Amino acid sequence: MAKKSGKEKVSNEINAGSMADIAFLLLIFFLVTTTMDQDKGLLVKLPPYVENTEQIDVKINKRNLFTVLVNANDQLLVRGEVTDVNALRDKAKEFILNPNNAEDMAISPSKAIISLKNDRGTHYDKYIAVYNELKSAYTELRDETAMRKFNKHMDDLPSAKQDTIKNMIPMILSEAESTNFGEERK
Amino acid sequence: MPTFQKKRGKTSPAISTASLPDIIFMLLFFFMTVTVMRNSELKVTVKIPEATELTKLEKKSLVNFIYIGVPNAQWQATRGTSPQIQLGDKFATVADIPLFLEQHKIKVPENQRAAIITSLKIDKDMTMGIVSDVKFELRKYNQLKVNYSARMRAGDKFK
Repeated sequence: MAKKSGKEKVSNEINAGSMADIAFLLLIFFLVTTTMDQDKGLLVKLPPYVENTEQIDVKINKRNLFTVLVNANDQLLVRGEVTDVNALRDKAKEFILNPNNAEDMAISPSKAIISLKNDRGTHYDKYIAVYNELKSAYTELRDETAMRKFNKHMDDLPSAKQDTIKNMIPMILSEAESTNFGEERK
Repeated sequence: MPTFQKKRGKTSPAISTASLPDIIFMLLFFFMTVTVMRNSELKVTVKIPEATELTKLEKKSLVNFIYIGVPNAQWQATRGTSPQIQLGDKFATVADIPLFLEQHKIKVPENQRAAIITSLKIDKDMTMGIVSDVKFELRKYNQLKVNYSARMRAGDKFK
């Protein structure tokens, strides 16, 4: 067998100098493909579908009902009054809590029902804004109650206590079938 | 008077770059783990509305997406400019929603199926007509957990 000359000179280490380059290449690829945006949104539970659409008469005391209508021109009618979206949250809070025991507002927070009705021509943007206001009314009320009862913010409470507060102020939002007066986007 | 004398001739040694690959690898692994590959190309324009009461979608595998919006510029020639529903990477109608949900459902383990959330990515300029139709179809299929995709309203404090 022929002996290789200069065997000792062959280094058996892989040159790692280009490793950084390869890593850079991969890094740049992942940097470009990464989308950092997290999916967030309003979490909603839809009412279950019922087969027969017969009118079931449910006796609801009118004072417990907070009706919100949004028409095709994105105007708001809250309990028969034209209202701005910005005023909706405070109105809803006052209705649910009823601090002055008014005759025409909810008997107790757990009895309060919010009824939301929109037109097929209502803009989605407005619908979300209204929904957001109603939801934040409940969030604020729950937070205030948590502050009063446990002297802590809602987020800092253990989940058992959060549930107690959620049961005290349940969010009951009923969405009626949308009306069909306005013009839809075609 | 004492003067500061420059020490000439003593040059600092070159910074060792031996740890550079390690740092780069660290960054690489970070980005590899946070990367979510976009699985469907958007064919409709969706500008989601702004809100404040947001909930984060935690488990990506339990979420399916329904997009509603006006077709993109390259699709307007064939699809027109009326609002369209996109399921997966195809244009669809309301009637295709049950099949789409079913196809997603069979990929989810049975014990987690109750937690499936439908994320509605709807353009803010849409009208509620098409949204109501989709919502009705979801209710009919008993897919009741819905998330109206929205972004945090600017100016509100970041939660």
